[in-house]
Amino acid sequence: MTAFHPPAPSRRGAPLRALGVALIGAGALLAADAAEAYTVFVSNERGNSISVIDSETLTVTKTAKVGRRPRGITTSPDGKVIYLCASDEHAVQVIDPSSLKVLRKLKSGPDPELFALQPSGNPLYIANEDDNQVTVLDVEKNKVIAQVPVGTEPEGMAVSPDGKTLVATSETTNMAHFIDTGTFKIVGNVLVDARPRFAEFTSDGKKLFVSAEVGGTVSVVDPETRKIIHKITFKIPGVSQETIQPVGVRLTKDGKTAFVALGPANRVAVVNAETYEVEQYLLVGQRVWQLAFTPDEKLLFTTNGNSNDVSVIDVPNRKVIKSIKVGNAPWGVVVSPQ
Amino acid sequence: MRSLPALACAVAVAVAGLSSPLAAQTPPAPNTAATSAPAASTRADSTPVEIGIGLITREVPPPPLYDLLAVPEDDAVAGATLAIKDNNSTGTFTGQHFTLDAQTLAEDEDAVAAATALVARGTRLIAVNLPADELIAVADAVRPQGAIVFNIGAGDDALRGADCRANVFHVAPSRAMLADGLAQFLAARRWNRLFLVVGPQPADVAYAAAVKRAARKFGLTIVAEKPWTLGPLGRERADSITRSDALVLTRGVDADVLVVADEANDFGNYIPFRTAAPQLVVGTQGLTVGTWHPAQDAWGSAQLQSRFLRSAGRTMRPTDYQAWLAVRMVGEAATRTQGGDAAAIADFMRSPAFTIAAFKGVPLSVRPWDQQVRQPLLVAQPLGIVAVAPEEGFLHQRTPLDTLGTDAPETTCKLK
Repeated sequence: MTAFHPPAPSRRGAPLRALGVALIGAGALLAADAAEAYTVFVSNERGNSISVIDSETLTVTKTAKVGRRPRGITTSPDGKVIYLCASDEHAVQVIDPSSLKVLRKLKSGPDPELFALQPSGNPLYIANEDDNQVTVLDVEKNKVIAQVPVGTEPEGMAVSPDGKTLVATSETTNMAHFIDTGTFKIVGNVLVDARPRFAEFTSDGKKLFVSAEVGGTVSVVDPETRKIIHKITFKIPGVSQETIQPVGVRLTKDGKTAFVALGPANRVAVVNAETYEVEQYLLVGQRVWQLAFTPDEKLLFTTNGNSNDVSVIDVPNRKVIKSIKVGNAPWGVVVSPQ
Repeated sequence: MRSLPALACAVAVAVAGLSSPLAAQTPPAPNTAATSAPAASTRADSTPVEIGIGLITREVPPPPLYDLLAVPEDDAVAGATLAIKDNNSTGTFTGQHFTLDAQTLAEDEDAVAAATALVARGTRLIAVNLPADELIAVADAVRPQGAIVFNIGAGDDALRGADCRANVFHVAPSRAMLADGLAQFLAARRWNRLFLVVGPQPADVAYAAAVKRAARKFGLTIVAEKPWTLGPLGRERADSITRSDALVLTRGVDADVLVVADEANDFGNYIPFRTAAPQLVVGTQGLTVGTWHPAQDAWGSAQLQSRFLRSAGRTMRPTDYQAWLAVRMVGEAATRTQGGDAAAIADFMRSPAFTIAAFKGVPLSVRPWDQQVRQPLLVAQPLGIVAVAPEEGFLHQRTPLDTLGTDAPETTCKLK
């Protein structure tokens, strides 16, 4: 399937490429030698479940029933708990990653869709899509610290690496709102293209990537000046422009590469995060939305909502190496930090 | 005339409520010149730009007989009201304030007089939910003052053809679009042989003409066509004696589907299950095509549905959606052009840069040759979505959306 696109030259050094070739040669099993085994958690929006994938064997090891309409999913920095938006139960569930039992329910406010955790692990910032607000929740005390009114249908949430700025994108207002995490006040807004779904900071905090699903672009914003530095556009031969709908964005820690999930275009774009050139389109499952790296950034997992599977991307080689059947309508994905 | 000043008040209150916690915000940062989108305004802390949007609709006369699903009194108005709230959620941050001046005319009231009054009050953007002749009269009357009209109700193809106007945007789909959506669905299923039953009203004849055109376009055959002459039986009470009219009418016709043309909803609902042979019914009843449906929940529209339900206390109808879309188009163009000038808003809508997110999975835009909004259409049975037009596989060099309705080479519209 990758033959469809001209192979892009690797931007990595030779040793990494050599390693990549070795990985491909031996298939998934060899990943065990090169990479540690991590646990991948996938929320299945219509399956009301989470699927657990072993990053070494690339198989589903467990499936657990959770609250209704599970969407956003993340872990605590120490990996000891999983946080899950159970949208139709108007709650964030705290889940034990090994037993998969729901330990507690948190006061998320109505219809939580997506959230971001303060780098320290507390508080949790939750987008209440139906109520045009962001709920700031102390996860230890299960206490709402603040509710910040934002634009219509907030969804994408990101916290700057220094923890000082929260960004919330509102889908109908078409804005990224910058919120001071000390005062919980909006300190600025950036108008982006239609239906912004996701926001992601570079690890140095110097750039913010905001995807616009219907606008079909990813805006790169300077968080300091709150100006758009660049708009990344996408063009795929043989794919109609309207189906190119950027949602999930993940950046490598070195800030050099961005992976962008393109929704019903069924592809993940590999973007040079410094020149903003799209270097490659990787064919994955249908309606790809969210992405998650393993901590060593060797693998990237994608949730494909319409084909009910997860695609596994070999990051150094930029190849899709496997698709794994999960529950109904996989939405979010997170990899355990250990 | 039933004026609705309370609506504007409600909106203003909602905005005031929103703006207070945000008062401390700094002005939104303008974008760089490198991006095509104009900068977000820095006006947030000064007086907002007022953008008034008018809406003219007419009271629906009471039905001659019992009406199970009567058109609600606030049809269209409820959709526009919600869109004003949505616009103001952006306007709070961009220094723009949107208000709605909704005029619901009594049966005998003059639409042109209402439009002239709106323009006299300074409104230059008017959504109109009226039949074609009144729409044209309104558009021509307000044109000297530079007002822009959004057709949210009339499906007449002539409005997008010989009778087109440069100051009219068509948010409602044309009959040609609706019929093409239906024909694509039937062609995809290989249900190629159609039995057309046409009602007595001019609108029914126009709908039937659109179906015939679509049938030719997508390779379907009209195997039989019969007029409906038996009256508005669809409105008869359920406890009346079941009559055999539809059974008799449909006898002796061998078709894959029966296409009913009954825009007034007078008799179409009488036909299903009263046919001689087991017969699927599609068209204006049975399996229908439209811009919106209460069962629609894909592409984030669950959020729009629930916002509308909370705001209006009922489910969203296609006319509500079209009114919502017209007002949102104004909001989107005003945000991107940084102002409230009607001519600038209209120019931007005509440009290829204009797209709008409208819970249809793809961006909507405006066809430059007749100013029709291109949009996916929902193919639905009464309680569920069956398909979305354009069907997969119907291709077009520009966008698959242009497989629905009149394309550039065939248009008879000369925008002046």
